[in-house]
Parts: sequence; C-alpha cells; structure tokens
Amino acid sequence: MKRAIKKHPLAIRWFHWINFPILAVMVWSGMLIYWANDVYRIGWGDKTILRFFPDSFYKALNIPFRLAEGMSFHFVFMWLFAINGFIYVLYLLFSSEWSYIFPDRKSIKESVIVVLHDLHLTKKIPQQKKYNAAQRIAYTVVIIMGLGSVLTGLSIYKPIQFQTLTSMLGGYEWARIEHFTLTILFTLFFLVHIIQVILAGWNNFQSMITGLFLIKNDKEIFIPAVIPVVEQNEDKTEPEKPVIILPNEKTDEVIIPDADNEEENQQDLNANKDE
Amino acid sequence: MNDQEEILISSKGFRNRSIIAFILFAVAIVASILIWKWIHHQPKIADAPKPLRKVLSLDEKVFSKTLSNTHLAKTYPVSKAVKHVRVNGDIGMKSALDSNWKLHLVENTGDTLLITLADIKSLPKTDLVFDFKCIEGWSQITHWTGVKFSDFARKYNLNAQTQMNFVGLSTPDKEYYVGIDMASMMHPQTLLAYEMNGKPLPLNQGYPLRLIIPVKYGIKSIKRIGTIFFSNTPPPDYWYERGYDYYSGL
Repeated sequence: MKRAIKKHPLAIRWFHWINFPILAVMVWSGMLIYWANDVYRIGWGDKTILRFFPDSFYKALNIPFRLAEGMSFHFVFMWLFAINGFIYVLYLLFSSEWSYIFPDRKSIKESVIVVLHDLHLTKKIPQQKKYNAAQRIAYTVVIIMGLGSVLTGLSIYKPIQFQTLTSMLGGYEWARIEHFTLTILFTLFFLVHIIQVILAGWNNFQSMITGLFLIKNDKEIFIPAVIPVVEQNEDKTEPEKPVIILPNEKTDEVIIPDADNEEENQQDLNANKDE
Repeated sequence: MNDQEEILISSKGFRNRSIIAFILFAVAIVASILIWKWIHHQPKIADAPKPLRKVLSLDEKVFSKTLSNTHLAKTYPVSKAVKHVRVNGDIGMKSALDSNWKLHLVENTGDTLLITLADIKSLPKTDLVFDFKCIEGWSQITHWTGVKFSDFARKYNLNAQTQMNFVGLSTPDKEYYVGIDMASMMHPQTLLAYEMNGKPLPLNQGYPLRLIIPVKYGIKSIKRIGTIFFSNTPPPDYWYERGYDYYSGL
C-alpha cells in the first residue's frame, strides 16, 4: 500500500492544462500583433538596453507581417482564456481551494524565507500546507495578472465603448503598455514555474496529472500533538529530540522526525514544496 | 499540505490511476495539436480560416451591441493635435486626381447624384480633435474638419438609404474600398472631412474628401472618396479581403 495525498482536484488540473495552450496562443498571437508597432524598449534617452524585440527574435519565431492572422487568433482565443479563467476563479471561491492559494497575513514574511531557502541562503524550513508562502503569492498574483490582461485587453480592443475603463487604466497608450508588460510577466512566471517544477521533481509533476502526491517516507509518524511534547519535556535525562510542529489547525498532528535521519527527513518535508 | 485528504492506495491502484491519467493527458495534447491543424486546414473566408471568421462574426455581434451614439471618442483641445500627421497608406490614390472631382452618391441603383466639394462645404461644419487609432497599434491626436455623415444624410434626404444595413465607400479608381455598418456611419463623430489642422486636406491625406470615423480603426477612414453607396449586404472591404476583421470597431 502507498500513502498519498489528494493534492490537486480534477477541476484544477483541467483548468491548469487547458490554460496552458490557450495562454500560449494568446502570447504568440499577441506577438504577431505587437510586431506591427513594436515601439517598446528598456532604456533611457538614446540608450537602449533591451529592445522589444530584436530582429533575430522575430526571425526565429517567424513573426513579421502576420498582423491580420495574429488579430484573428487573438480575438478568438480571448474567449477561451477569459472563460477558463473565470470558471477557475469561481471554482476556487466555491471550493475550499482558495484557502490554499490566497496569501494570509504571514505570507509576505514567510515568502522571504522560501526565497532564501530556495537560494540555499538559509537552512530554515518554510512552513507550508499545500503551497508555501511564495507559491501562494505567485499563484494569487498570476490570477490578478490574468484579470489585468482581460481588462487592459478589453480597453485597447474597444477603447471608445469601454472608455471609462480605458481612462482608469491611464488611457489607450498606457493600457497597451500595461497589456504588453503583463505578457512579459506571464512569460517570466512561466520560466520560473518550469524551473521550479523541474527542481521539485517527478512526484510533484505527476501529481498535477494524476492528482495524487505520494508520501514516500513511511518513517513519518503521526501522533496527537500533546502527548509526545509533554513526555519529552518531562524526561530531562534524554537529550531533546528535534520536534517540528507543522501548522495544522484541523488535526493538530505533529511529525517527530527520526533524529538519526534528520537530514533525510528535512528533504522529504521539502520535496513537495516547489512547483 | 498535510491538511489535505490523505488516502491509502495499493501500488497497483496507483499505477492504474497513473496510466489512465497519463493516457488522457497524452490524448489532450494530441487533440490540441489536431484542433490547431484543423483550424489551419479549414477553407478560408476572406483570407482567414473559417472557424476564426465565425468567431470574429460572433465578436461583432457581441461588441456591436456596446456601440452607442453616446459613447463618444474622447476629444482634445486643438492645441493637442500633432503638426506632423502620419501618412500610412496611398492605396487608391496612386493615379492622378481628376481635377473635375465630384462625389458620386448612389442614392439608388442607377440613380447617382454628383456632389461638388463646394456643396459639401456648405453643409454644417464640424470640428473634431481625437486620438486616431491605427490597426497597427499606434495612435495620434489629430484635428479634422468636415460635415457629420448624419448631417450629410439629413441634407440629402437619405432617410430610406440610412435604414439599410451598410454603407460602401470607394476611391475614384476603385482600388481602395470599405464597408461600414450603418450604426457606426451615423455615429455623431463620423465625418466626411475636407480639412486637416484647419487647412484643406493634403493630397496624401485624401484630398478632396476623406472619411474620419473614430469608432473604427484607421483602415476604415478611407481617403479620396469617389463613391458612396448603400446596401443591406456587407459591401466589399479591402482589408477584410486580406484577413482583417470586417467590423474593426473600437
């Protein structure tokens, strides 16, 4: 028998994997559109650090002179992107899933530990339920970015009919810049996401397809919290074993790692951290 | 994540579940690729694959409902208008302009009224400074003067014609042509323009008469209008035939 956690509900897996090709088509067709007026760059005065985009980029992706094609794909797949995202958010709100994703008061502070931990700058182990604090922030921000893409997109698609929206976003030109910036952020999110998934390993990746996350360490013992802690405090002759108390209001479970095997246990605790 | 539901599953059960999940996953990938290929292999309507055209028509149905005569393009003081107005197209203006130019207003089939520029200038004059938006993605605040198409239609008693669905406009040489839905044409900011920045239109901006239609991308603002006609079916449209959205509304 294997122990497994029902990590990702079926609905979330569908939303996730449907969004992947749709977002890819939106970014690609967006590039075809952007090419027709590719004025954005990073720099100051005459100095340009990064031009969006270099000719080699356009050439490699066969982007030039496909504005009409880009627009037709963009204004078809926009529906799928918006609908899938909308149902996803509804699902989050009406299931308990939102509570794993939305950040809480501790998240900002904890996310610093996560980042330091990932960069091997601290040995502190970030606390987490389904997701760690950095993931919570990232996955919530990406939802807001999706909403931002829909709104900035709408405001440059119909700037006169949705004029209030357009002016709230700073006008037509600004809304176009914002829409473009969000696209760049989506691609950066994607890159970091891919790296994290690779680092987190197979068990984590397959759980996004099967839904089940296997618990491989059978040495983890789940005991009601109070008893072992009290026992340890009373028994002064024995050296204190490290106790890691995972935050769990529901069951008050405590994991007592095997002291000899502490490093291994720490790795196990971290195995499901990144994705 | 230990507060999520934990289950015990046999190795075989897990393996079977994985196999099914991964097969479904692979099927979904293959299906996406097939849908992608299917879209590209569909017959084209006006240079765009048929399924995309169908959705673009749906887009038009949805978003034309948001068009309102009270939704006006934002206007600016004249001082905000640029001095150097971008010239982006000369299709339909490559031949020399007939010095005896007159606007051909096709009131009914075989019934064409010839209108001089002086006649048009005698109609109520309207100034408009707005952010002209090109389908390429750039925009420019520009200053135009002319007669509202709705005023023009009133003066020429085009009541029956403006009940129809579309207006078609073309250059004298018929090289450039646009089709525009009546609601957008009758929008209070749609002008038959003969001045730019307070002076007669330059040749490359469509002298003697061009359309300025803020609720559409610039591709619909046809320069050097030769003929105007009315139709219940969509008139031919130059950029539509080259894969662009017919409606192109803003």
